[in-house]
Amino acid sequence: MNKSRRSFLKVAGISAFALSSGVAAMQTLSATAEAKVAPGTYEKGAKALHAKRWAMVIDTRRFLSANDYKPLIQACHKAHNVPDIPDNQNIKWFWLDTFDHAFPDEMNEFLDNRRKLASYPLLCNHCTNPPCVRVCPTQATYKMEDGIVAMDYHRCIGCRFCMAGCPYGARSFNFKDPRKFLPDPVPNPAFPTRMIGVVEKCTFCAERLAVGQMPACVEASGGKILFGDLADPNSTVRKALAENYSIRRKPSLGTQPGVYYLI
Amino acid sequence: MYNAKAVTIGIIIFVILFTSPFWASLLGKSYKETGISLPKNEKECVETTDFMRNKHMQLLNEWRDEALRNENRVYVASNGKKWAISLQNTCLKCHTDYKEFCDKCHVANSVDPYCWTCHLIPQGSTK
Ligand code: SF4
Ligand code: SF4
Ligand code: SF4
Repeated sequence: MNKSRRSFLKVAGISAFALSSGVAAMQTLSATAEAKVAPGTYEKGAKALHAKRWAMVIDTRRFLSANDYKPLIQACHKAHNVPDIPDNQNIKWFWLDTFDHAFPDEMNEFLDNRRKLASYPLLCNHCTNPPCVRVCPTQATYKMEDGIVAMDYHRCIGCRFCMAGCPYGARSFNFKDPRKFLPDPVPNPAFPTRMIGVVEKCTFCAERLAVGQMPACVEASGGKILFGDLADPNSTVRKALAENYSIRRKPSLGTQPGVYYLI
Repeated sequence: MYNAKAVTIGIIIFVILFTSPFWASLLGKSYKETGISLPKNEKECVETTDFMRNKHMQLLNEWRDEALRNENRVYVASNGKKWAISLQNTCLKCHTDYKEFCDKCHVANSVDPYCWTCHLIPQGSTK
């Protein structure tokens, strides 16, 4: 065969174009095929609560001892079938820690005892800039339009990057099958459990907001925890923040936590 | 053709062997229904039976993404009826018998979905 270099390049160019446009066409085809299978439509519940940016304000001044937080922890863990595993592999959505651990940025050695010796309630901060979302390779962790940092356990591969990324220790890994540590039937049969090998955390009770209920811990607090829209200047949370001194956990990291503490 | 006889016989044998699965299935067992037991008190599912039979897995995937990511937790079916999006609290409210409904088809088709490592199988189902 005696093909000139010119004709060879022509054929090569045309084939490359044909191949790539074929691939592109297949991609658009499969994308439209993936778009939607349901013949119906989707909408939010009629009673759903809405906000631009959900946030929580915890009035720690009104909790007199660690015991006062117990019913809140129970309410949360019951509502979400969070097991109690009696070793260092426990699962926590809502837990307590010391002032030094909760607020390591506050380095006042001579802080008064009331604040210094109290227990502080901790949960996921639903950060505005959540590092957990940035590091998750599968988008199992994501930020929703109302500021809630949510998880899709179906997608979680248990790589635990998010646990390394979260500066607040707000995430727990299921080292063991959590069902072994839950009563049967589970505390809340309307909510799923998790499985071995996935990470979990507080959801800001997105499933309760969707049906018009306040988060379980807020409900159990009897008004000592406020929950509302940070973007609305007239919301209860904004009013509480305007009238009281508040702090957040590790603000210097720039994550912009959505959980505020009145101390 | 060189050695035409042997070659022709060879080709015939090859074709018969190659298509044997088809012959076997023609001769073999007839189509068997899985015998699932449908919910007793409900006549109508979210969508048509055909759609549910063929596409319930895709529908559930879509429900999951809409509910968890877009916070659209209500599905408006093509007949206008509204359903709360929830495998555990909507689907399984009617399909209460896991063994006789879900499992029958899944086992017959050798699929092993792991929904139930997290979602709870209704009480009273035998599993
Ligand atoms: S507290 Fe941790 S888990 Fe929660 S949003 Fe912030 S970084 Fe993510
Ligand atoms: S453990 Fe799960 S949620 Fe966390 S980063 Fe990995 S895939 Fe994402
Ligand atoms: S907001 Fe909901 S999930 Fe988060 S700690 Fe409170 S009760 Fe638990």
